[in-house]
Amino acid sequence: MLKMTHLSKAYRTEVVETYALRDFSIDVREGDFVAVTGPSGSGKTTFLTIAGLLEEFTGGEYLLDGVNVRGLDDNRRSRLRNEKIGFIFQAFNLIPDLNVEDNVDVPLRYRGFNGAERQRRIRDALGRVGLSARSRHYPSELSGGQQQRVAIARALAGSPRLLLADEPTGNLDTQMARGVMELLEELHRDGATIVMVTHDPELAVRAQREVHIVDGQVVDLAPPPRLVTGGGAAASAATGT
Amino acid sequence: MMYYYFGLAMRSLKRNLVLTALMIAAIGVGIGASMTTLTLFRAMATDPIPQKSRQLFTLQIGNWPPNKVTVATGDEEHLQQQISYPDAVALMNAHEGRRQSAMYHGGRTVIPANSDLKPFEASTRAAYTDFFRMFDVPFVYGEPWPASDDANHSDVVVLSRELNDKLFGGANSVGKTVDLDGRGFRVVGVAARWNPVPRFFDLNTDKYGKTEQMFIPFTTAIDEQMEMWGNFNCDGDVGTGGWEGRIHSECVWVQYWVELPAAADVARYRSFLTNYAIEQRRSGRFHWQALTRLRNVREWLAYNHVVSDEARILVLVSFSFLFVCLLNAMGLMLAKIMGRSGDIAVRRALGASRGAVFMQCLTETAVVGLAGGLLGLGLTSLGLFGLRALLSDEISRLSSLDAVDITIAVVLAVVATTLAGLYPTWRATRIQPAWQLKAQ
Repeated sequence: MLKMTHLSKAYRTEVVETYALRDFSIDVREGDFVAVTGPSGSGKTTFLTIAGLLEEFTGGEYLLDGVNVRGLDDNRRSRLRNEKIGFIFQAFNLIPDLNVEDNVDVPLRYRGFNGAERQRRIRDALGRVGLSARSRHYPSELSGGQQQRVAIARALAGSPRLLLADEPTGNLDTQMARGVMELLEELHRDGATIVMVTHDPELAVRAQREVHIVDGQVVDLAPPPRLVTGGGAAASAATGT
Repeated sequence: MMYYYFGLAMRSLKRNLVLTALMIAAIGVGIGASMTTLTLFRAMATDPIPQKSRQLFTLQIGNWPPNKVTVATGDEEHLQQQISYPDAVALMNAHEGRRQSAMYHGGRTVIPANSDLKPFEASTRAAYTDFFRMFDVPFVYGEPWPASDDANHSDVVVLSRELNDKLFGGANSVGKTVDLDGRGFRVVGVAARWNPVPRFFDLNTDKYGKTEQMFIPFTTAIDEQMEMWGNFNCDGDVGTGGWEGRIHSECVWVQYWVELPAAADVARYRSFLTNYAIEQRRSGRFHWQALTRLRNVREWLAYNHVVSDEARILVLVSFSFLFVCLLNAMGLMLAKIMGRSGDIAVRRALGASRGAVFMQCLTETAVVGLAGGLLGLGLTSLGLFGLRALLSDEISRLSSLDAVDITIAVVLAVVATTLAGLYPTWRATRIQPAWQLKAQ
């Protein structure tokens, strides 16, 4: 599903070159639930933005669902992102002047679905996160947990192959965080492939496996702390150098 | 997607009403100022008879000795803007053009048959029958008098629709008689509304004014000594012997127009005019090399500076002001779009291409332009209202908005704002979603 091989990302100025990722390799297979951990500045978010085709990489190779993304133009990257990836952000990133329904509608518009298809998908996605009754509410009228559920619904609506979550519970209190985490686990059990960046060890152990990044490199391949029952594909692997 | 983008634009504009109001105000004020001057300029500069403006010619003859020019014409060749009666008669008799007419502006007293109406003075144009067909004057009733009425000095009249309404309640008055200064004139036609602006055929008086209320044959007007209400300029010798002496003097007071459909006709007429001046010199009337000039409608308007240099400068200044307003609007748009970097980054993350972001922002810009254009129209109306209070009657009559002006204002606003919005829109497409999202 997501395979990066010897990938690097360097930020260059006139005097210095800084590597955010260096010789970075990872292989996430369909149905995996991978937690990416590491200290601040280790390159977790850079990995996520490259994985989400929001940022170019400097070297190496990246295959997303079998497509080599190097050199793709903006239109093709946008299309691929829209069709194959769902984003869940720490800050929810709902658009404040759109109501819940319209927020979920955003990726579907760019997908080019007709009105009936969009409505069906919005209804299904909101039903899945338990917010059908809040479809006309605006983000400011929802709690943090509810906003994150809307963001998850938005990520799910287009039926992406891969969910990328960046500290999805970082802005939530414990109870709300638990609810969101349970929802992600439920999605995983239903077959979703999830890559979650987090620095919270308690959340990381709830993933199927954990990849630890330090200074832009995968330094440790933790064994699966526990198996998630009923999950997606059993086989998963990640390699790092 | 355009409908979707339009909806997003409306939401975005509502989100920050103050900024939106400032943008619309900046564009509206710029459009208002530029359209006020442009409307006036267009009215002054419009071709009054576009279908024939290159076929209709007026002429000038240097019948005054160069050292006796007493009227400041502004013309380095010291040519007068009108011609003398002897020249007019000679040219009419020569009949060298396809159509031609000598003419002048005067007035007659109308004594209405309806006793409820008091006698009143009506502006009158004395002309030849060719005047009507040469200038494409439309008729409601009847038609121009026949050429024989010019030759026979007949008492016939063509009324304007306005005068016909007043005297006959708008009914077909052809064949009826109108009492002018105690003489009965038979109505042969009623002209429909016809007000070319500027009044190119006679720029000597009220060049943006209305056409005369009635028309009578030139020959009849001369017989009846209809006084000239327009300019009557002499080289110092106003003639002797009353009316006869005046009209046979070298004083200039007659406008003369000739229709020359083809370039060959123009060349031929120019040659004829030159030969005419030579002939006059040979006959002893001129003791100098008399210049002659032939100018079509457009050339004549330019020669007379119908659109003043001040008006052109005013338009330039007002459009410069519009440019400054657009720069301000562009700055505000940039601030607004950059303030939404987060939203744009999210949209990019959710699959919006740069092209989609571009279209979304451009639609918002166009909506601002449309609103600015509508505000500009209101301000233009106010501006023209102000001009009416400041300018002369003849200019202020021009200051009204028509459909073309409204279209220009709206299109100008939308196009100019969209152009001004290109840079902010381009900046929006360059927003790096990864950086924005990392910053959050």
